Amino acid sequence: MAEPKPKEVLLNPLFNDNPIALQVLGICSALAVTTKLETAVTMAIAVTVVTALASASVSMIRKWIPNSIRIIVQMTIIASLVIVVDEVLKAFAYDVSKTMSVFVGLIITNCIVMGRAEAFAMKEGPWLSLLDGIGNGLGYSLILVVIGFVRELTGSGKLWGHVILPLTRDGGWYEPNGMMLLAPSAFFIIGIFIWVLRTVKPAQVETEG
Amino acid sequence: MGRDSTLGTLLVALVLCVVCSVLVSSAAVLLRPLQEANKKLDKRKNILAAAGLVSTNPADKKATPDEINARFQARVRRVLVDLASGDVVPDSEEHPYDQYDAREAADTQEGSVEIQTDGPTNGRDRREKLAFVYLVMKEKNDEKNDTKNNGEVTQYVLPIYGKGLWSTLYGFIAIDADGKTIRGITFYEHGETPGLGGEVDNQSWKNQWSDKEHPKLAFDDQGNVAIEVIKGSVDPNSDEVAHQIDGLSGATITSRGVSDFVQYWLGDDGFGPYLKNQTN
Amino acid sequence: MLLGHSLNHYLNIVLNAVFIENLALAFFLGMCTFLAVSKNVKTAFGLGIAVIAIMTITIPANNLIFNHLLKKGSLGEVFGTDLSAVDLKFLGLISYIGVIAAMVQILEMTLDRFFPALYNTLGIFLPLITVNCAILGGSLFMVERNYDLPESVAYGFGAGFGWALAIVALAGIREKLVYSDVPDGLKGLGITFITVGLMAMAFMSFGGINLAE
Repeated sequence: MAEPKPKEVLLNPLFNDNPIALQVLGICSALAVTTKLETAVTMAIAVTVVTALASASVSMIRKWIPNSIRIIVQMTIIASLVIVVDEVLKAFAYDVSKTMSVFVGLIITNCIVMGRAEAFAMKEGPWLSLLDGIGNGLGYSLILVVIGFVRELTGSGKLWGHVILPLTRDGGWYEPNGMMLLAPSAFFIIGIFIWVLRTVKPAQVETEG
Repeated sequence: MGRDSTLGTLLVALVLCVVCSVLVSSAAVLLRPLQEANKKLDKRKNILAAAGLVSTNPADKKATPDEINARFQARVRRVLVDLASGDVVPDSEEHPYDQYDAREAADTQEGSVEIQTDGPTNGRDRREKLAFVYLVMKEKNDEKNDTKNNGEVTQYVLPIYGKGLWSTLYGFIAIDADGKTIRGITFYEHGETPGLGGEVDNQSWKNQWSDKEHPKLAFDDQGNVAIEVIKGSVDPNSDEVAHQIDGLSGATITSRGVSDFVQYWLGDDGFGPYLKNQTN
Repeated sequence: MLLGHSLNHYLNIVLNAVFIENLALAFFLGMCTFLAVSKNVKTAFGLGIAVIAIMTITIPANNLIFNHLLKKGSLGEVFGTDLSAVDLKFLGLISYIGVIAAMVQILEMTLDRFFPALYNTLGIFLPLITVNCAILGGSLFMVERNYDLPESVAYGFGAGFGWALAIVALAGIREKLVYSDVPDGLKGLGITFITVGLMAMAFMSFGGINLAE
């Protein structure tokens, strides 16, 4: 493989190699927090920060990490970063952290963080790893924000807590689609997102399965 | 020394543990005061909101932390109440108010009792023996010449909690000094489905509890708990209109949970004895 | 009574965790592996069994750690009253994940040593389980809901079983889906997401069922 270019490392994960749409990574912890745009964005920022810092720190010490305890070393670094992020959220964004409850903690098991540490940071230098982490975090954020946008708008007629479509029960005209706030809708939205992405970029269509 | 040797492995593990634990612990310790302050402020805000002293309506201007603290200190006193007898437990060495946490007490064997009631419960097996009641005092500048009403209580704000669909909801309900008119309700912690059960946070739903023109009454004429969250909308011509609240659409179980635990906390196993002591 | 609750109570927790609060379909946990390892029933079944085993072990183990080391006041009970004000809740995440990673490793080694045949079928999935959010999520929910030890055993088993059930069902559907004519863009991942969405809707009909105790 040719030497990766910083710009590509940063931007590729957004469309060409999106971690959710193509690598099926990191959907676990995120979907439950996408009913509102605000929590989705907070989650996206938290994951991006953790991925970037975890990749950079793993990459920095990659030459000293013994192979036998590789996974647990990465896990420890990630877990520490997540706890710090969680504590910071509780201190500075209390209202948001309240609604995210256990899902901040679940960033630890977000496969993107672990996947990038293992697949990229163990091989490349800290600077590139940092960019790769940010890039993948942003790719992930993109989907999260899109889902959050669609779900909050159609489900409660609001964006970022501000009323956009006045609801019938408050005297407006919009009858909210309650299903958009429930779990299944997130899957449908991702399914459709992937469909659109692959129609635009036919090279990504899976041939089997 | 090879990085895969036993010594190397142990060394890396050790160094990593030390670095990570220092990082995590210092973050936790440094940020704790801020977090505690946030928690306290949030609780105060909700107590004031239940009593109608600050607005939680997103359309209104948000009260600043200083305003909340100032108003809380000016208007609210707290007393610790023995739920079974309804008596007030004074702030003493034995029961220091500052160290008592009802939620922790409910988890311990000695601080809690088994819930025994034939009526609705809050979905738990045990409840704390002692709970705080927040007394909202009359504003001192209300009537300029009257100095006697300094100690007059206008509302009782009671902490309530209980199970909804997914989670335990924690909140406050404000009862008027008459011991039966409901003045407002808030929830400060819950994990219900946003948009459905999570609509307990919805201002227009909460407004039903604090309706001034058609106040909701917690008790009927015989003194039994009567307030109820019903399924669907309240019929304005019904005899029971003063005791009924609209159910949340699409959230039958959350509505029933709220209905049950509000009834529980106002009932004889909850704050019922205390409220009766205050009004008799 | 030794268990502290009636048998029904535990049954209730298990059924609740399997159907009503299914970790995969109601909380979206364990999705990465859920989607990646559900192409055929046999492998899905293997992974499901591994998840059940790990959850039944780690959730009670984490319950012990939480109640006897991390919870405020618990250190005092173990080491004397000096430490009773110490609240180590913030170390929860890192302890749980450590326990999970260690348990997975131990299970892997035990299987390798004593049940080589089982190891050969399950072996490749075990490392995946460490980063399976369902396992960590299970522990976090256990703490949030304040389960005691026997309850956490019931919950661990139920949650694991529910997850296994969901992945086997999805794999069954995907095996049949091979014969369907799916639009190009939706092939593979896209249609899988939509299938999972429909399954989640089906599971929602269990929501709020309260079994009498």
